[in-house]
Amino acid sequence: MSLTRQDVEKIAHLARLSISAEELPVYVSALSSIVNFVDELSRVPTEDVAPLAHPLDGQHQRLRADAVAESDNHEKYQANAPSVAAGLYVVPRVIE
Amino acid sequence: MLHNLSVGELAERLNSREVSSVELTRHFLARIDRFSPALNALITLTADRALADAAAADLRLGRGERGPLLGIPLIHKDIFCTDGVRTSCGSRMLDNFIAPYDATVVTRLKAAGTVMLGKANMDEFAMGSSNETSYYGPVKNPWNLNKVPGGSSGGSAAAAAARLAPLTTGTDTGGSIRQPAALTGTTGVKPTYGRVSRYGMIAFASSLDQAGVLARSVADAAPALQAMAGFDPRDSTSVDAPVPDYTAALARPLKGLKIGLLREFFVGLEARNAALIHDALKVYQELGATTKEVSLPHLPASVPTYYVVAPAECSSNLSRFDGVRYGYRCENPHDLMDLYKRSRGEGFGAEVKRRIMTGTYVLSAGYFDAYYLKAQRVRRLIVDDFRAAFTQVDLLIGPTTPTPAFDIGAKIDDPVTMYLNDIYTIGANLAGLPGLSLPCGFVDGLPMGLQLIGPHFSEDRLLCAGHGYQLATDWHRRAPQGYE
Repeated sequence: MSLTRQDVEKIAHLARLSISAEELPVYVSALSSIVNFVDELSRVPTEDVAPLAHPLDGQHQRLRADAVAESDNHEKYQANAPSVAAGLYVVPRVIE
Repeated sequence: MLHNLSVGELAERLNSREVSSVELTRHFLARIDRFSPALNALITLTADRALADAAAADLRLGRGERGPLLGIPLIHKDIFCTDGVRTSCGSRMLDNFIAPYDATVVTRLKAAGTVMLGKANMDEFAMGSSNETSYYGPVKNPWNLNKVPGGSSGGSAAAAAARLAPLTTGTDTGGSIRQPAALTGTTGVKPTYGRVSRYGMIAFASSLDQAGVLARSVADAAPALQAMAGFDPRDSTSVDAPVPDYTAALARPLKGLKIGLLREFFVGLEARNAALIHDALKVYQELGATTKEVSLPHLPASVPTYYVVAPAECSSNLSRFDGVRYGYRCENPHDLMDLYKRSRGEGFGAEVKRRIMTGTYVLSAGYFDAYYLKAQRVRRLIVDDFRAAFTQVDLLIGPTTPTPAFDIGAKIDDPVTMYLNDIYTIGANLAGLPGLSLPCGFVDGLPMGLQLIGPHFSEDRLLCAGHGYQLATDWHRRAPQGYE
């Protein structure tokens, strides 16, 4: 199966990735060959086989006690942010 | 020379105060200074911090404290968060990211007294099999500088092979410890999923990622794995099960061990590469193991299964990089959508973008059942194959890779050809099984790896089998020319 330019543009939008006009044909070709490759899976019979999400049997998500485990480190964490003011992350205006 | 001593021999010298951790650290820092520019094995050097950690280890030794890793230098893969030190994950996206906390692996190895020399180069976000996708440039293989070291833990593998540190950490999502270990003549251990905490290890594919260690021998790797392994409440997939004494397990006899030769691993394998595995099998037979051929009929589907499951999980995990909270942000975004798209488009490299888009596609409306659910069903068939095999044998054996190291640039433009490098290693990740790669000979002057795969939580058995092989052979003692 081959993907079109429109397919790849739509995927890039869903993935929030800017792709330049020059790069687009390269991704169309690479993603088409990857999709063709994984299409081999359709040849494996899987009727009555349940999907498996976790490699270990019987493991389930643990819940921890609802107790304070971390102290306030927001200044340390926000030191990595591109733009911060008054403890808030700054982004371009969203609401006019 | 200090850099050729085993971890056990180094610990003896540290414990007897014949050498100090500061001297040892200076020795390895000098080797990094000499060799790393050509190998490009490190992204960040932490020399001052290493010397401070070494001085602290010397104080502990002076107080009479003892330990198998106390004062031993190591290099962490740059996927592990290190408090106050840049943690780039090989990406422009995190080029300016100073981790605000330590990964559990880092915390535990630090508590054991190890000294971090620096952070190892790697494929961007651990996505690659050649270390060519790193934002910081490819790592070179010390056996031949025109060859790749494998990936994604290529910097860790090259550093271990070139004796820039006695131990390096790595992570393995589809073979990223075992494949570079094989291509550089080092020993690499990928533990059972859930054995080692993933807390603070930057996520690629959460149902497959596992941390492990690269070293020059199984005996060296064992104490490092011991320090890393065990339950961590901060990782929701960490398994709360006792950890055996891995170093004690090395001494167990191999007599009566039942080894299964994986039939599917030999289909299409070049005869001289297959001959090395058959030679290894003879070594095991002489040590008293019995061997038989076993088949995992669904194993050929493991690569396409992986290249649906891993990109799907990656597209979800990497959605956190938004140009807002940390990491790269584009210049002058005109609105929020532009900020997201250009920060991600400019911050991620080509292979990462390919995988995010593959993952987005297989999870999107109309394709989810045909690709993602289908791959999860095939994954169960592969897991069931392994389970059936382990009712007949104690461990499985085969090559780690189809070929030795290939030329830098040979496969980078063809993703599917590159993905097929992982053909022998991916099965263990899909099934969450522990795997080990051991040097087992040379083809055209380049090292090849022997792979052992065991049932869940059988690291002790794998290490014992690997150590037995290394007592009977000396492939793991060979050093690349110029690095002896």
